[in-house]
Amino acid sequence: MHDFAEIWSYLAQGPLLWLTLTLVAYVIADLIAEQAGRKPIANPVLIAVVLLGLMLWATGTPYAVYFEGAQFVHFLLGPATVALAVPMHAQGARLKRAILPVLAGVSVGSVVAVTSALAIAKAMGVDMETLASLAPKSTTAPVAIGIAQTLGGSPTLTAVLVILTGITGALIATPLLNALRLKDWRARGLAVGTAAHGIGTARAFQVHPTAGAFAGIGMGLNAILTALIAPAVLRLFL
Amino acid sequence: MIRALTLILLCQLAGEAVARALGLPVPGPVLGMALLWALMSGSASLAEIVRPVGEGILRHLSLLFVPAGVGVIGHLDRLGSQALALGLAIVVSTALAIAAGALAFTLVARLTGSRDA
Repeated sequence: MHDFAEIWSYLAQGPLLWLTLTLVAYVIADLIAEQAGRKPIANPVLIAVVLLGLMLWATGTPYAVYFEGAQFVHFLLGPATVALAVPMHAQGARLKRAILPVLAGVSVGSVVAVTSALAIAKAMGVDMETLASLAPKSTTAPVAIGIAQTLGGSPTLTAVLVILTGITGALIATPLLNALRLKDWRARGLAVGTAAHGIGTARAFQVHPTAGAFAGIGMGLNAILTALIAPAVLRLFL
Repeated sequence: MIRALTLILLCQLAGEAVARALGLPVPGPVLGMALLWALMSGSASLAEIVRPVGEGILRHLSLLFVPAGVGVIGHLDRLGSQALALGLAIVVSTALAIAAGALAFTLVARLTGSRDA
């Protein structure tokens, strides 16, 4: 009979343990979100992250060890981005009819996201390197990190700011858009995908398939647009 | 299912290769998405093969952000003394961007008569 510590240290060597616990934490988080009637505050990403954070802290597990298991889930972000073609293809006709509103929504959302974030941070005395890390926070993580590096920002800090922005967008979008009395699922989805990338898009898919498809479009176009405008906007705040 | 997965990965691989080769600011998976979209538009039978698998992956898109999210916890101290300023910048700018983007869409949709059918 092995004791618990021995079994644990054996399991902790391979990817199985943390891969499984990532899925377990997500299943629990998703059940909680379901029980809460999919209210935005019961965000499954946020709940699962807190559960896993507590587990890592309680077991003294470094993130690198955790990621050896979790990387298989993380890897799927790429294929999932490609798979966004599926809802977009399904919504193709509606998208074609809405091409001008889509371009307007993404352009305005993208410029407002970068400019207002930099204006607030600058006014509160944030330093230059941090501003460069903050500028692309509404774009999907791999693009944001690339943009931040070109601007002289820090990749780690950018990753943190991107994830915090995504969770913020997923939490506030529904009450905010309800308060504005905007009922068009296309407008709602597009705006959330533009401002809060994949985490906002995941939330949009939970709410409505049309919102999800338009969020995916917002995320994709915003990634391109932010790469083009962020350097110019940042220069305004030098 | 394996055919659909293979096609999705091939699109991603092609996207990564093109983005890197041409030095584009667009990430590989986004180009891969455009490629898959073009392929699905070109062939209805191919679209039917990809559809169930693509929908399956996207049904739990939230799950895929969990590992990166866990990584953020360990780096929250990177925000340091600027945590308040950055937190405020994120919350206010995200709210403004969502509101402005949705309003711009709605306004132009009205002007151009683009109704949701």
